[in-house]
Amino acid sequence: MRLRTLEISVGAFVLAGALALVFLAVKVSGVNFTGSRDSYTVLARFDDVAGLRHRAKVSMAGVTIGRVTGIEVDLDYGEAIVTLELDGLAGVLPADTGAQILTEGMLGARYINLLPGIEEEFLEEGDMILDTQGALVLEKLIGDVVTGMRTKK
Amino acid sequence: MIGYLRATGERALVFFGHLGRASLMWGNALSGIPRWNDLLLLVKQIYNIGVLSLVIIVLSAFSIGAVISLQFHTQLAKFGAEDAVGVGLAMVLLRELGPVVTALLFAGRAGSAITAEIGLMKSTEQLSSMEMMGVDPLRRIVAPRLWAGMFCLPLLTAIFNVVAIYGGMVVAVEWLGGDPGGFWIGMQDAVEVWEDIGKGMVKSVVFAVVVTWIAVYQGYDTVPTAEGIGLSTTRTVVLSSVMILAMDFLLTLSMYGDFR
Repeated sequence: MRLRTLEISVGAFVLAGALALVFLAVKVSGVNFTGSRDSYTVLARFDDVAGLRHRAKVSMAGVTIGRVTGIEVDLDYGEAIVTLELDGLAGVLPADTGAQILTEGMLGARYINLLPGIEEEFLEEGDMILDTQGALVLEKLIGDVVTGMRTKK
Repeated sequence: MIGYLRATGERALVFFGHLGRASLMWGNALSGIPRWNDLLLLVKQIYNIGVLSLVIIVLSAFSIGAVISLQFHTQLAKFGAEDAVGVGLAMVLLRELGPVVTALLFAGRAGSAITAEIGLMKSTEQLSSMEMMGVDPLRRIVAPRLWAGMFCLPLLTAIFNVVAIYGGMVVAVEWLGGDPGGFWIGMQDAVEVWEDIGKGMVKSVVFAVVVTWIAVYQGYDTVPTAEGIGLSTTRTVVLSSVMILAMDFLLTLSMYGDFR
């Protein structure tokens, strides 16, 4: 009898631990087990991505529609190539969709905002977004203003 | 001067001796092929180490979660950012406090018990009589405790995190009247399965190995007197706590130190 209660309590403990892990995954991190959602990747070429991080948000009109999955530098042109993973199936966004790097609030994280285009053609898997506006770097702006003032004198 | 050097060298040799004996004990205990009978010993140890630690883990988890939530709420309410309580709570718990506090409590509750038990076995010469009977004490006494500790601490950490988040939720949402939607959605938006939960669990596995290793070795290597057992038990708790905190810094540095 003694051994039985011992075994039962150990079983309950192990089950509680496993359930706790499942709870953490489902309720706390909000993972959904509905299988891998459809997604496709497009590239975007920026002149400056300062402050943009891996896994940053990609949004359109304020709604998150994807993530940044890679940031690499193109040494030939001195530009950054960002890989965007967008939810859903390819062939929805017009080919001349624009991308700009914005900041959430005053000090928030950098994210990419997509601007709708008007072309009849659509962005397919692996296509490159060329109509881009890079990150605004505060030091550069100040530098421009200061040199502008100097040259005026 | 010569005497000082000699003392330093002697201390270093003693330290290496301990490290070597501890490693040999660990390796020999874990390298044996488990037999069916060992499972029963393991279940007994999981009961002693895991189930009996549940009460202290659950109670501390609830109060720690409640306190963190309360502090975050008072500070964040100044900026009208009460919704960030859930994110802050989950991040702090999953990444740092959950694994560390559980391991510290585990070292105090289970580690000291393991040391005292094995130490008493040694001083009453139970270990040597086992060897006389042809039973390997490493196999029969040490191995089940090592495995049980390594198995229990991650589970206890998961339970700690859940209870602490629940405690924080009770304070932030039920008591202080926060918005449950903001609490959960903010949390689910920021927490990632591997980056936060998985790495926290990796930490707790490392702590489990360190704490059980120290506890079992201190018991196994104790001076077989009443005073010796007392010293070993103290040393288990002190050494485990220091090692947990030091390892935590190194682990955090290697896991999250990449601030690119």
